[in-house]
Amino acid sequence: MIKSGAEIFIECLLMEKVDTIFGIPGGVLLPIFDKIYDSPLRFILTRHEQGAAHMADGYARSTGKVGVCIATSGPGATNLVTGLATAHMDSIPVVAFTGQVATNLIGNDAFQEADTTGITRPVTKHNYLVKDVRELEQTIREAFYIAATGRPGPVLIDIPVDVARAKCEFKKLDKVEIRSYKPTYNGHPGQIKKAAQLINESNQPVLYIGGGVIASDASKEVIELSEKANIPVTTTLLAMGAYPPGSKLNLEMLGMHGTYHANKAMQNADLIVAVGSRFDDRCTGRLDAFAKKAKIIHIDIDPTSISKNVVVNVPVVGDAKNILKELIKHVKENTHKDWLKTIEEWKKSKPLTYKNDDKLRPQYVVEAISELTKGEAIVVTEVGQNQMWAAQFYKVKNPRHFLSSGGLGTMGYGFPAAIGAKIANPDKTVIDIAGDGSIQMNIQELATAVLNKINVKIVILNNYYLGMVRQWQEMFYGKRYSAVCLNENASSGDKHSKSKQKKCMDYVPDFVKVAEAYGAVGIRVTNKKDVKTSLKKAFEIDKPVVMEFVVEPEENVFPMVPAGAALDEILTHLA
Amino acid sequence: MRHTISVLVENKFGVLARIATLFAARGFNIDSLAVGETETPDISRMTIVVRGDDRILEQVEKQLNKLLDIIKVIDFKETRHLERDLALIKVKSAKNNRSELIQIADIFRAKIIDVSADSVIIEITGNEEKIQALMNMLRPFGIKEMCRTGIIAMGRGVK
Repeated sequence: MIKSGAEIFIECLLMEKVDTIFGIPGGVLLPIFDKIYDSPLRFILTRHEQGAAHMADGYARSTGKVGVCIATSGPGATNLVTGLATAHMDSIPVVAFTGQVATNLIGNDAFQEADTTGITRPVTKHNYLVKDVRELEQTIREAFYIAATGRPGPVLIDIPVDVARAKCEFKKLDKVEIRSYKPTYNGHPGQIKKAAQLINESNQPVLYIGGGVIASDASKEVIELSEKANIPVTTTLLAMGAYPPGSKLNLEMLGMHGTYHANKAMQNADLIVAVGSRFDDRCTGRLDAFAKKAKIIHIDIDPTSISKNVVVNVPVVGDAKNILKELIKHVKENTHKDWLKTIEEWKKSKPLTYKNDDKLRPQYVVEAISELTKGEAIVVTEVGQNQMWAAQFYKVKNPRHFLSSGGLGTMGYGFPAAIGAKIANPDKTVIDIAGDGSIQMNIQELATAVLNKINVKIVILNNYYLGMVRQWQEMFYGKRYSAVCLNENASSGDKHSKSKQKKCMDYVPDFVKVAEAYGAVGIRVTNKKDVKTSLKKAFEIDKPVVMEFVVEPEENVFPMVPAGAALDEILTHLA
Repeated sequence: MRHTISVLVENKFGVLARIATLFAARGFNIDSLAVGETETPDISRMTIVVRGDDRILEQVEKQLNKLLDIIKVIDFKETRHLERDLALIKVKSAKNNRSELIQIADIFRAKIIDVSADSVIIEITGNEEKIQALMNMLRPFGIKEMCRTGIIAMGRGVK
């Protein structure tokens, strides 16, 4: 069957069972958008291409399916870059399409031309420039295969406008094979036995699980392994939801803002079993002081993650779920009674807590959300203090229900990702926990949410600051607050005024009015006693709701392992 | 340590850029790079000589392996192998020292491939040391220009 490039694009997406695309059209995309017009695909018109990329990411993270976004050449493509880098750092399957100027113009500084494959090369798992329509079908099919398999990641396809117009035979390929790409799925049996032996011999083991557990859908196997041998489990930010809250084996998050007992357990372990985690610097603290007594087993599908930061004793390359299934068979039951008792004592000595007075504190808001939703809502976060409080106090029950930009730390990720997640999960409550800084980085997507009736709830913890940077300035730069106050008129001359509170009324923007201007509902909460009733009300409204909680401006995130300190040099309050 | 890395890649545009990016992003300078077709025309071989910390280079090799379009990566570090480089060297020469230059070239089994009134071009094939030794001998005559293909390498034996 002879088809145009644009028609092949639609056919391939349908073959890949894509139902939704996020994006914005443009000049070189006209042939493709003409075919989207009467295709069965749902097209979500965003207000910024970055929003489209994050929506595709949120769609993918909350389902495990590949998220799809599209942007035009030049600025459209460059606007995708942050979203692609975010997905790349967190191994999220996304396929991005970009329009490109006609092949005869490439390299001529044509209107809206950018070297898209050049720019996106370091932030994608792979990318393509399709110069011949006869390669388009194979390329699109390869892209979906690459994005979703092995260690997942974003793949970009750049399609020149003349390629979209040109015609060729559509072959309806039934499978894709790439000779240079053969991910390993099954662990080496010898390595698995060695790993089991180390586990059976250990007295103080810790399971340290990361995003790979979610990607490989291995949560059940992690629970089985940990319960069989009573191994406590600590999760990275990306693994939140992979292990049930409330279990006595759950140490919760480790690292810079992890719990005291998780970090102590890591530092005192005699064995660390890393599963789908990559020993990121936010998790390990100072490397030369990291877990000095521990032997390390590292299960990961990506061989480049192994022995990258920390030297590993037993590497097992492959898919976490497959490997854990095998590993469980060789692991003996164990109580680890003394070890669990020691951890319990650490936990009791310095529990995760905050000052529970009558002030409106951000942690309280997150706790209230956790309580009201029973940890069953999908929570998406922005980046900074809001993200850490969400991770600490939202007790998420299920995998793919806590979405956060962990690796790249992209402010502005949360709201569009929440829209993507809500589209993929229309029956679930989806909440974006935001700061007043990060929400403004993609607030334009309120239009997308309202017009498409995507009923997400935005919880802004408004402290008038770029809070995390302010916290570091308070703790490590003598409280010299440089360019962190969002409620400050730098030209007014009272830049060093101590009384931030009195200017609250001048805060820009008025989030309630912003919500209303877009046709969403705005709610402002200034009192602790109104938190739960307001949240309940918001959850019942069948519209996007922006809730602004005017919280304690200088609340800090604790515990904290300062940058460059060892994991057990952990601060639980201001010095 | 010096590493000679041989990379089999798909013969497609953009592959060199992917590989170069990996080295550049870590601040490694590539000493030499040679690219050419293999016995299979749709596969090219790149031979890269690079110096750097062993652990970081091991990581780079893993990351090379991870790139799509890369079929195989071999580090010749610990295997028996041959290395060859070809250099063209333009040396100043006048009537009175031309025969001396021819003698030196002969000793190195190098060839004189061009002669003009005030210079000759010498072609030499060999490993890095041999080329360096010839260069040292020629330097007193005055080297006007040199270019090299970069090292290519092949493992000994059947494999």
